[in-house]
Amino acid sequence: MPADAPNAIGGGRVARYGLRAIALSYLGLILVAPLVFVVYRTFDQGLDTFWNAVTSPDALHALWLTILITAIAVPLNTLFGIAAALMLVRSRVPGRTLMSALIDLPLALSPVVVGLCILLVWGQNAWFGASAQDAGVQVVFAVPGMVLATIFVSLPFVVREVVPVLREVGTDQEEAASILGAGSGQTFWRITLPAIRWGIIYGVVLTTARALGEYGAVAVVSGRISGDTETLTLFVKQQTDQFGPDAEVAAYGASVVLILLAVAVVLLMNLLNRKGGGDGHHGH
Amino acid sequence: MAITVTDVNKRFGDFTALDDVSLEVPSGSLTALLGPSGSGKSTLLRVIAGLETPDSGRVEISGEDATDVPVRKRGVGFVFQHYAAFKHMSVRDNIAFGLSIRKRPKNEIRERVDDLLALVQLNGLADRYPSQLSGGQRQRMALARALAVEPKVLLLDEPFGALDARVRKELRSWLRRLHEEVHQTTVLVTHDQEEAMEVADRIAVMDKGAIQQIGGPRELYEHPVNQFVMEFIGAVNRLGDTFVRPHDIELRAEANGITSAATVERLVHLGFEVRVELEREDGERLSAQVTREVADELGLEPGSPIFVRPTNERVFQETGAGI
Repeated sequence: MPADAPNAIGGGRVARYGLRAIALSYLGLILVAPLVFVVYRTFDQGLDTFWNAVTSPDALHALWLTILITAIAVPLNTLFGIAAALMLVRSRVPGRTLMSALIDLPLALSPVVVGLCILLVWGQNAWFGASAQDAGVQVVFAVPGMVLATIFVSLPFVVREVVPVLREVGTDQEEAASILGAGSGQTFWRITLPAIRWGIIYGVVLTTARALGEYGAVAVVSGRISGDTETLTLFVKQQTDQFGPDAEVAAYGASVVLILLAVAVVLLMNLLNRKGGGDGHHGH
Repeated sequence: MAITVTDVNKRFGDFTALDDVSLEVPSGSLTALLGPSGSGKSTLLRVIAGLETPDSGRVEISGEDATDVPVRKRGVGFVFQHYAAFKHMSVRDNIAFGLSIRKRPKNEIRERVDDLLALVQLNGLADRYPSQLSGGQRQRMALARALAVEPKVLLLDEPFGALDARVRKELRSWLRRLHEEVHQTTVLVTHDQEEAMEVADRIAVMDKGAIQQIGGPRELYEHPVNQFVMEFIGAVNRLGDTFVRPHDIELRAEANGITSAATVERLVHLGFEVRVELEREDGERLSAQVTREVADELGLEPGSPIFVRPTNERVFQETGAGI
């Protein structure tokens, strides 16, 4: 921007600082203040209180369940996401437009509706539900249903991150590899995958964040049984619905654990990428 | 013959990219496929490489039918306009890629890559990444990568198209010298007639999915078989149904019965030569090219009257396509 550009709109320095102040206070008010407040209230009554609250059996079970569901949903959606992105960008199969629209559906649907859909399809007396019941698998009001709901809502992220990267990378490198004698498997592992690595990483981070944080869909299908089908987000809600200082610290403590999990995922993916040969200078 | 293409057709939807094309590329030659964009030259190259499947027709490489041989088994080298460098690999790993796919022993690979680095003058840059190289260096790396697997034929798709003019000129003459050294059968796709004339010993001029004429640079310039080749190779004046090169227009200070009167509109100094833009009395505009000496002798200046006569006119029948 030319140095005199702000003068043209009359404000100069004032306008520039004014804009900056507005942007920062907006972020501060909407994002930072609530986060700071949660952390403050969590440790308000000392580390011991926090520790006791987040290591209660119900809290630990909720943490474990959240991690379990995320650990199932994220790898599945990553594999599906990469395959779907390759299909959308590289293949000439008919029906790609429909598929692309379907993949975006979870972004447009309210999670509560997603939960209801799963109840309708997998409920005791519904289509798939009855057959699952016959096979001895309880889907709704149990972990399988919660996994299904989480997969549903976090499905689009890897696809949406990988598709533009695949487009941008183009087919030149893949063609060059096959001319040099590489089979399709070798081309995928040695050329395509490293080229779209960043897209996958961002997709996984977003998928994980969504899976950790999902509330609505999981709430509907879980039945919210404390110590059984309660994830961390459900635990937070459950505790805030109760009164008393213990419940309050438990709710805030669980929130802080959720935040820490998210931060850990971002750090881990960065670390993995560095180890995987992501030499900053030719990355994204 | 290193490459024999027979009656190849290729359509993309309604667009005919290749219309019954046949081409022979002799071993050890450097053949250029020259034509405007959309003429089918890149498609023909990709058909030879196996990157496109022809709708009909055959491709032979080194006397063997390769039409149904998959890309990775054709034994061709290919260089792309935009380098197609493997961005996450060092220069050394890029060049070694084909050899490591073939599971050659490590020290053999290292020696071969070192030889190639020297050949393409990239010694000392082996550990760099493509993003740390200039365009010209990247393209030489791509060339080394293609040569590493000792391809039967080398296919270059507008290899200098993304480079700036100076680097392009350098690489052109370097490629020519390299070819003289290794005599690798090479097919070069280009839309730049100067590049084709300078580098190739045979040129196939393409238009509308068909080869219009094949020949040496001089043959094409002096004996074009049709209007398209005449206009595409070198400058040309069109006077009604006849065509004449600018240097085949004689300029005289006085009329001699077979000349016609004209006015000088503009002089363009090209160094040793001068391009004279003229308007004839009948309103027809043409440009003549004369040496500086002649221009000075005639005292040419914008607005000065002059007499012109085409000395080597050509007429083509409109249907006169084909070889």
